[in-house]
Amino acid sequence: MRPGWVLRLAAICGYGLLLAPAVLVCAISFSAGDFLNFPPPGLSFRWYAALVSNAELMAALRNSAVLAALVAVIALLAGGPAAYAIARLEFPGRSAMAAFLAAPLLLPTLVLGLALLLALQPVKLAATWPGLVLAHAMVAIPFAVRIMTTAFGAVPQDLEEAAWTLGATPFQAALRVTLPLAAPGAIAAGALCFLVSFDETVISLFLVGPRLSTLPVEMFRYAENRTDPLVAALAMTLIVVALAVVLLVERLVGFTRAVGRN
Amino acid sequence: MIGLLLCLPAALVLGVGFVWPVALLARISLNRTTDMGAMEEALSLETMAKLVEDDFTWELAWNTATLSATCGAIAVALALPVALLIRSAPPQWRGLLSLMAVAPLLVSSTARVVGWMAILGDRGMINAMLAFAGLTDDPVRLINNWTGVRIGLTESLMPYACLVLIAGLGRLDSRLEEAAATLGATRTRTFLRVTLPLAAPALAAAFLLVFVLGVSAFVTPRLMGGGRVFVVATEIFDLALETVDWPAAAAMAMLLLGSLALAMALRAVVARVPR
Repeated sequence: MRPGWVLRLAAICGYGLLLAPAVLVCAISFSAGDFLNFPPPGLSFRWYAALVSNAELMAALRNSAVLAALVAVIALLAGGPAAYAIARLEFPGRSAMAAFLAAPLLLPTLVLGLALLLALQPVKLAATWPGLVLAHAMVAIPFAVRIMTTAFGAVPQDLEEAAWTLGATPFQAALRVTLPLAAPGAIAAGALCFLVSFDETVISLFLVGPRLSTLPVEMFRYAENRTDPLVAALAMTLIVVALAVVLLVERLVGFTRAVGRN
Repeated sequence: MIGLLLCLPAALVLGVGFVWPVALLARISLNRTTDMGAMEEALSLETMAKLVEDDFTWELAWNTATLSATCGAIAVALALPVALLIRSAPPQWRGLLSLMAVAPLLVSSTARVVGWMAILGDRGMINAMLAFAGLTDDPVRLINNWTGVRIGLTESLMPYACLVLIAGLGRLDSRLEEAAATLGATRTRTFLRVTLPLAAPALAAAFLLVFVLGVSAFVTPRLMGGGRVFVVATEIFDLALETVDWPAAAAMAMLLLGSLALAMALRAVVARVPR
């Protein structure tokens, strides 16, 4: 049935609400004014210039990028084999293992952040690189496992069996046949894990310190205390990274399928 | 056996980064805080009892529950037309329309709050429009209060509602609606008598998901509320990092987890009732 005008109008309102904040962030980030006012008094790149020359924020950006890259690699290396096992192998406790590897997604990040603070502070790992990497890897692994399980599951089992018939060991077949075919899924998983870590705010808020901070945390604190367009330029940076990842994932496996439940 | 071995690295990271911290959280919630504010090892429900007896806790719980119920309901109501439009759109448009509805998920909540500041702030878009139209002399306060939190939270929950509804409505048989139309039902009647009842399970699932997410949301209430809006999540954060009362923070977190578990169990029971 073709949608009626009431439905169209309501849907346009829905989309408007969904997309308005991102659109406004984009507009304000090019403002020439001193405040978050709209319409901006003029257009300029001054807040991007201010962002680039802000040593603290640039250090946080560097930290976030390095952290996210590390987390993506760890999540793929740890999550990939697990995803292969869950998608392809029969072993005792397989479904329990699959449920366990998705479990962190069930808890609010606020509770996870608090738990990590209580656990890492006494052993002097709060506000350290190992502590942050562990925390982010823990939230990224469930995503990596979920996406790569789907990716491995989508490769026909016949191909691997054909490789066995031709004399390949199961390990060789997995590595040389299934893995290359599941590569788009793996890249998508890596990209999403990068983004999960790069955007992670709440857990990081519990774990950062004066000497080690991440970009989302710095942005959160900036937005809490000040209201000039610098924070919009900062937000724009995160939106552009997110957009790049979304487009990459959409190209590779389809975004709604990747983030959707099953 | 090789399967378990392959899962070991991932399980190990979760063991150290998830199981151990959460177990410790549960343990610390049983500790006591001395009058001097220091943490004292104990195995008692004293901290939790103190929270339960405190009227402020109940005020927070009520605020949190009503906030996420209202915002969740509005988010689902706004996501429904979006999902219906996607369902009836030509196939080549569906991908793009779904992507647009779900993409905000990956824009960090802080970035979206900054956008809302530009829309709702004293010098923001809406106040500029109101002033231009000559409707107001002084800016209307739309931010740093409950109004701001409600608007921001509704928007931040909408993509999740869209996600559930797009998946749920996609499975509905559109021939039923066509049949209703053929039999002479108006659009409104078809929507109320056919589409809505068919969509009810998906709507319920979407509401439950966004309600749970709303209850534990932190960034939006803290930033949109400008520190003047208190919910369970902001209180846990303040107890942990401002007051540094770990047992109280842990106990509050355990109460939050308990309530969420209860909500999920309730859903499982409701879902099992035969229709």
